[in-house]
Amino acid sequence: MEFKIKTDEIRNDLVKEVEELSNTNVFSCYQCGKCSAGCPSVPYMELLPNQVMRLLQFGKVELILKSNTPWVCASCFVCSTRCPKDIDIAAIMEALRQIQLRKNEDYLNLNKVPDMEGAKELPPIALVSATRKLTA
Amino acid sequence: MKISYFPGCTLKTTAKNFEISALAVTKELGIEMVELSRWNCCGTVYSLTSDDLMHQLAPIRDLIRVEEDGFNRVAVLCSMCYNTLKRANLMVQKDSEKLDKINDFMYKEDLKYDGKVEVVHLLTILKDEIGWEEIKKHVKRKLEGLIFAPYYGCLLVRPPEVAIDNVENPYIMDALFEALGARAIDYPYSTECCGSYNTVSNPDIVLDKTYEMVNLAREQGADAIILSCPLCDFNLEARQKNVLQKYPDFHPLPVLYFTQIMAVAFDLPQDTFGFKYNQVDPSYLFVKNKEKV
Repeated sequence: MEFKIKTDEIRNDLVKEVEELSNTNVFSCYQCGKCSAGCPSVPYMELLPNQVMRLLQFGKVELILKSNTPWVCASCFVCSTRCPKDIDIAAIMEALRQIQLRKNEDYLNLNKVPDMEGAKELPPIALVSATRKLTA
Repeated sequence: MKISYFPGCTLKTTAKNFEISALAVTKELGIEMVELSRWNCCGTVYSLTSDDLMHQLAPIRDLIRVEEDGFNRVAVLCSMCYNTLKRANLMVQKDSEKLDKINDFMYKEDLKYDGKVEVVHLLTILKDEIGWEEIKKHVKRKLEGLIFAPYYGCLLVRPPEVAIDNVENPYIMDALFEALGARAIDYPYSTECCGSYNTVSNPDIVLDKTYEMVNLAREQGADAIILSCPLCDFNLEARQKNVLQKYPDFHPLPVLYFTQIMAVAFDLPQDTFGFKYNQVDPSYLFVKNKEKV
């Protein structure tokens, strides 16, 4: 991936919004990679969690939001639990989701839930958590 | 012991086997679980954004209901409810400003919440207040020869401030299996995420994970996977029929709630096992077991 880093964009408003919503400082990250090593969703992610952290340090929130990463994050808290710098990466993923959802742009359309035998039997716990996490 | 009890939505619908067996087992152990006279969905997931107080109302309301019923502790079975209630409670205990805001919003409620309710998972009660030795005394039908994969998933052990046991190496279910006469495998996926709500949006992720996690449990000699979360159960058990469609070489494996194997070991009436609600019939495991005993 190639992109230009501009000094005046590094601390842009969107990054500050991510930090405020997640109560974190993205510059705490020193790229040890423990989040990506433990993340169970990594095989399905277009950007790894540590790459998301690095891109945040460059102010690239919009670039991150073009990837599926915040949406396949399952909020399992392995990253937040193992981070040696105590960064709540799961909360950062939530902040990234919220930045899109608060524009009233849903990720999940419940009318288009993938057709699968048994899908009608989705339990309340699955439907409520998915709509909480993936819709505005 | 008398304690208030928060069931949550899924225990009343697709996870009836969890509730039926848990209520029977706790009764046998002398724990009176009094269901809240009124409760609402906890929201299933704890809100992680700092400004989202609105979604903390649901869990806090449930904690107010606990006090209204005259209790200061509430027992929870579902891992997701446990995590959401416990974290919301911790949040208002640490941040009085947010607690005030929430109370101000609910000014029509008779009670103001003060953060005094204790949220406790049934496994913690079993370990700390009943004890494994006491549980052993109730075992009438040892589960000898049975090998289980303990599956804690995410929300019983993470984040650390709400963990019911060691974050990376929980042992509480292993100890329970031993008390029941069964054995636990050292299961590398015991705290791995099942894919959670991806089961709605990206079910393929869940199918791949279930395929891998069930296969490993089987390879390690497990007769069943034991868990405490209705969403993990849906992904690891109900989704097995979808896994079979995707991977024809897949062999189903029973998945049970920890209270179900307790009900069997206590030799309680068969209808308290709740096996008819299981998607993969586990009853053959215990027929074999009965012959052995």
